[in-house]
Amino acid sequence: MTNPLVQVEKLSKTFGAGDTAVRALVEVDLVVEAGEVVGLKGPSGSGKSTLLNLIACIQEPTGGKLSIGGETVWDGQWRVADLRRLRRERIGFIFQFHNLLPFLNAIDNVALAMTLDGVDSATARQRAGALLDYLQVGKRASAMPARLSGGEAQRVAIARALVNRPKVILADEPTAALDSERARVVMDLLRQVARDQQAAILVVTHDEKIFDRFDRMVALRDGRIEGEQLRAA
Amino acid sequence: MNLALADIRHKLGRFMLTCLGLGLLMAVALSMVGIYQGVVSEALALSRSLRADLWVVESGTSGPFAEASRIPGDVREMMARLPGVAAAGAITLRTAEAQAPQGTLRVQVIGYEPGRPGGPSAIATGRGVGGTRFEIVADARSGLPLGATLLLGRHRYHVVGTTRGLVSSGGDPLIFMQLRDSQDLQFRLAPAAARRALAAAAGGGGTDTVNAIIAQLHPGADPALVAETTRRWKHLAALTDQQQSDLLTLSVVNRARVQLGMFTVVLLFVSAVIIALIIYTMTMDKLREIATLKLIGAPDRTIIGLVLQQALMLGGVAYVAAVAIVFAARDVFPRTVALGPAEVAVMAVVIALICLVGSMVSIRAALRIEPQQALGG
Repeated sequence: MTNPLVQVEKLSKTFGAGDTAVRALVEVDLVVEAGEVVGLKGPSGSGKSTLLNLIACIQEPTGGKLSIGGETVWDGQWRVADLRRLRRERIGFIFQFHNLLPFLNAIDNVALAMTLDGVDSATARQRAGALLDYLQVGKRASAMPARLSGGEAQRVAIARALVNRPKVILADEPTAALDSERARVVMDLLRQVARDQQAAILVVTHDEKIFDRFDRMVALRDGRIEGEQLRAA
Repeated sequence: MNLALADIRHKLGRFMLTCLGLGLLMAVALSMVGIYQGVVSEALALSRSLRADLWVVESGTSGPFAEASRIPGDVREMMARLPGVAAAGAITLRTAEAQAPQGTLRVQVIGYEPGRPGGPSAIATGRGVGGTRFEIVADARSGLPLGATLLLGRHRYHVVGTTRGLVSSGGDPLIFMQLRDSQDLQFRLAPAAARRALAAAAGGGGTDTVNAIIAQLHPGADPALVAETTRRWKHLAALTDQQQSDLLTLSVVNRARVQLGMFTVVLLFVSAVIIALIIYTMTMDKLREIATLKLIGAPDRTIIGLVLQQALMLGGVAYVAAVAIVFAARDVFPRTVALGPAEVAVMAVVIALICLVGSMVSIRAALRIEPQQALGG
């Protein structure tokens, strides 16, 4: 434990109030180190997605403390004024259904995340092209998302998540739409990214066929951490 | 990279079809503006063409357009002698149903004395009415070509010249002929009626009556002063050209003008609602994309820019289509569609404002989209 990039301390989230209140997350503690790939599993309603949303700063916790990259972002209130900027600069997202913008080709989908950060279009496209090559979809750079296979689209989505060199990558069921072979390839890519960029990767998954690709698997149930399982050496 | 443009390119066919539909609606609104202007322009076409400084009509009337007016023809000579008057001409006006080669034609007949004020300001083809009787100059709107003949009353008239853009306040094409011909047409009784009138000692033979005298003044002469002098003849009234123009626009065509104006406002309101709905639908179609943009950190200005630019592109392309449609079809309209650069420019600004206002609801909705809506299936 040398470089925690995600630190969650007694983080809670309750929806509603009074008799109808639902405690989605109850005092959860979690640390993800640089270079580590951590899986989050649990039945539906266990709080996986809620935890991911809180770490992504798109929902406000109701208690506890959250730090990203060593900076406290929530501690009873938001400590960062511009949450979108925080997400743009420090967090990469990978979605279940890739969520590429259908009106931009692969390279522009990747470059977009950089241009939003103020980088000029030529530089962004250059970096995007290099990333697509790194993820072995460089030859599909000019293809529109509708023309990409599921595996190709997911790699482009991973490239988009990586383009701003975020320290934290959050993935929500990234292999749900892929077959076993492609699912393992995607997970190996994420492991490679974690290692090469020293990023912390947190993946919500139900996909048992990739459980062996995680450094650590955290199980959630009823909003609490039920247990953790380290990868066999 | 421009997200608005990229999205439009991605759904170009759908976008262009939407623009075409909207363009047709805007074309209707633009036509109404053109017809509104056309009604005013047509109402003033004749009085402007005659270049009168003063209109002398029957006392107690506001003739010859707003009310009927009959005065003796020799008033022209009296007017010509007044100080300040450079030239005076007698005119008659009458709406008539004529038998043309293409069928029955509704026209406004103007009788005037060639060489004196009252004739067409410009001849498009052929020549003006000369010394020979039963000649006419017809406006192109009548569809009568040079050499065509027209049956008016008991005589057949020959077209010796044509004009362009000269119509009455009702939109009927103008036909110019010699004063004597028009007086016969307007005031001479049919033989049987003339015989009966003579027997009743009511006259019936005299036709030297006109509807108005128009006077052109010397430079520097005061129309109001000459009008005042004219009114001293108790049987005459005098109107300056400005008073005549006001009568034409505020009285003769006022109801049509107001009706068209109100209809234009209603059309613009309907257009605004439809534009707002289209922009809203376009925005909500991109709900997931907007949520994704927010999730990956796009600032609000990117989202606002996306909606606003698409709204303006939609309005812009639709408006260009509307202008093209109206200008291509303007001659098909039975009445003048008067659209100049000023009307087109003002309407463009109105459409741009409608697009801006119409996109406000969509921008508000887009800004309320939560980033977590990008997650899940």
